[in-house]
Amino acid sequence: MSTGWTIFIVVGALGSLAAMLWLLYANRTKAVEGETMGHDFDGIEEYDNPLPMWWVGLFIATITFAVAYLVYYPGLGSFAGIGGWTSTEEWQADVEAKERQFAPLYAQLGALSEAQLHDNRQARQMGRRLYINHCSTCHGVAARGAFGFPDLTDDEWQWGADFETVKMTIRQGRNAMMTPWEAALGGSSGVSNMAQYVSSLSGAPHDAAAAAKAAPQFQMFCIACHGPEGKGTALLGAPNLTNDVWLYGGSIEQIEFTIRHGRSGQMPAFGDLLGEDKIHLIAGYVTSLSNR
Amino acid sequence: MSSALDHPEYNYSVVRQFAIMTVVWGIVGMTVGVLIAAQLAWPALNFDLPWLSYGRLRPLHTNAVIFAFGGCALMASAFYVVQRTCRVRLISDGLAAFVFWGWQLVIVLAAVTLPLGITSAKEYAELEWPIDILITVVWVAFAVVFFGTIAKRTINHIYVANWFFGALIIGVAVLHIFNSLALPVSLTKSYSVYAGSMDAMMQWWYGHNAVGFFLTAGFLGIMYYFVPKQADRPVYSYRLSIVHFWALIAIYVWAGPHHLHYSSLPDWAQSLGMVMSLVLLAPSWGGMINGIMTLSGAWDKLRTDPILKFLIVSLSFYGMSTFEGPMMSIKTVNALSHNTDWTVGHVHSGALGWVAMVSIGAMYHLIPLLFGRKQGEMYSVRLINLHFWLATLGTVLYIASMWVNGLMQGLMWRATNADGTLTYSFIESVEASYPGYYIRALGGSIFLAGMLVMAYNVWRTTTGTETRTEPAPATPLAVGRA
Repeated sequence: MSTGWTIFIVVGALGSLAAMLWLLYANRTKAVEGETMGHDFDGIEEYDNPLPMWWVGLFIATITFAVAYLVYYPGLGSFAGIGGWTSTEEWQADVEAKERQFAPLYAQLGALSEAQLHDNRQARQMGRRLYINHCSTCHGVAARGAFGFPDLTDDEWQWGADFETVKMTIRQGRNAMMTPWEAALGGSSGVSNMAQYVSSLSGAPHDAAAAAKAAPQFQMFCIACHGPEGKGTALLGAPNLTNDVWLYGGSIEQIEFTIRHGRSGQMPAFGDLLGEDKIHLIAGYVTSLSNR
Repeated sequence: MSSALDHPEYNYSVVRQFAIMTVVWGIVGMTVGVLIAAQLAWPALNFDLPWLSYGRLRPLHTNAVIFAFGGCALMASAFYVVQRTCRVRLISDGLAAFVFWGWQLVIVLAAVTLPLGITSAKEYAELEWPIDILITVVWVAFAVVFFGTIAKRTINHIYVANWFFGALIIGVAVLHIFNSLALPVSLTKSYSVYAGSMDAMMQWWYGHNAVGFFLTAGFLGIMYYFVPKQADRPVYSYRLSIVHFWALIAIYVWAGPHHLHYSSLPDWAQSLGMVMSLVLLAPSWGGMINGIMTLSGAWDKLRTDPILKFLIVSLSFYGMSTFEGPMMSIKTVNALSHNTDWTVGHVHSGALGWVAMVSIGAMYHLIPLLFGRKQGEMYSVRLINLHFWLATLGTVLYIASMWVNGLMQGLMWRATNADGTLTYSFIESVEASYPGYYIRALGGSIFLAGMLVMAYNVWRTTTGTETRTEPAPATPLAVGRA
């Protein structure tokens, strides 16, 4: 901050407080209680009673506190205050103190393998609490997912079920992208034929004739991500289409919508927010829900 | 005894219009408030319609109660008081009518655009740029009529109520214009010219001074006329009114940053906002002292005059919320209260307890006089009394439930386990808040019921000539002087 602005702030703030003191001083009064000013506004008169002393005292006390606070803490522009306090340093000190306090615990739990995490009661409890506070907004308190947010309790893992892969998903986040296909599939009828074909992959009720028409197009456009058999590719986050797990709904209408408009699923990266130790515990908890 | 008929030289028609619309918009704004309070208790009440969703109706509620209900009460009072205390007619009937119809147009446009989702997303300043310009034009017309009338006054001094109305007009003009500066990209969309923390700071400089100049200074203007008038007592201290007036307007403008504690706002601005908010305690209480002490020597009137009860209880709530406000601005307290229902309770102890109650008291004083009756001659005094108890009970239920909720939420959010993890998830704190939400909806409904009683009483007062036969109170009703 420039010196000019600091001067502006100092003069404005301390000047206002000084003006308040002057206002109180200028209005100390020898006025007689019960004497009116002699004004008459629509029948309203005014006494000239002195300021209540307890009120003047309160006013001066708050001003005194304000000045003392502004001397000790940052408040007057770039003057940092004689206490040297900053909110950033206070926060850092708090965080470091907590980290020191819990470092032995995390070191102990961080050394556990996936299987040990699943069997360790404290690890599961901490993992669950961390999960509830950081993950449940999307995946639900019971980790059963929601429309567009994967169920973490089933055996289907869009990005891979391996412990290290789950940790990577939490650490780096994921961006799934399916582009809209209506134009490539030749319009509305192409979309509905493809929806019948996709439905057929999991053995759901479908129109076999329509599905047959779309089969060559599936082999042309869809296999790059979903694979020739429609079993998906974890590396790309492309879901398996041959089971009855549907992130965006498995009805014909919902499948058509997905093909027509595409989908983009996003999981934010938690690496910076949580750190490795907590990710380790959350991954342990999450995999314990289905991977046993 | 001074009724409208005794003062043909004053323009009462614009005052009448604003007074009636105060009641109408009060009911509309509070009905929306009760609906959104109920939505928090029973979320299905948004009926899955975007126009009825909480996010769109909440700004409609705040705009309707602050600027429609509160604004009409302020304009009715300002136009009435400035004429009576300057002993001169408003300088222009045409311009006064423009202020009335212009302000109603602003309100109607707000009621249309906000449910449609058209918003600038600045709290209490959500209206988009074309409406902002209309507000500015109407407000300038308000200023011209008001200050023009002051300039033409036939008595030497300017009464203290008019200082506060003047501060309201100038303060809100500056706040509204600078906070609303924006680059339009279409008729219904604009972007603030400020960015990042600067935008947040401008917003809360505006937001807190909307409280300071609109909801405090303006309504203190109402208080300074209607309390001594209704109590028929001289104002307690002229000297105190001078000191607390200048102190209030000098200190309020610094207090905005307390809305941004523990944010990316620089430390110095947070500290400065906090200490200035503490210094604000005494100037705020100056108005309460002057109002309540005006009644000294006439306390007995509180037993029999429900209008005076409204006015004095409003000052008590004013004193309470202006104590609570500085306390909540202390960083350590704010760390607990911020983003909880405590803030909502604090706002409503000011909004219901102070702003609404002082306005209601003033309207009960004003309406008989505006419609050719004598002071105190509402159709039914007992219904005023009923309204008083409904309003008080509703306010107490509202703020008490929000205190409980706020403290509980703040404590749940910061609770940690022995292993350092948070004890509760956010949703658990929401679940625990339901009892408070039910009680809040009940309190709001009771307050609204009081407004409906008022509407009936006003309707019977303005359309008929009779006064309901009621058993005489213990002592004769206090009536004003001639």
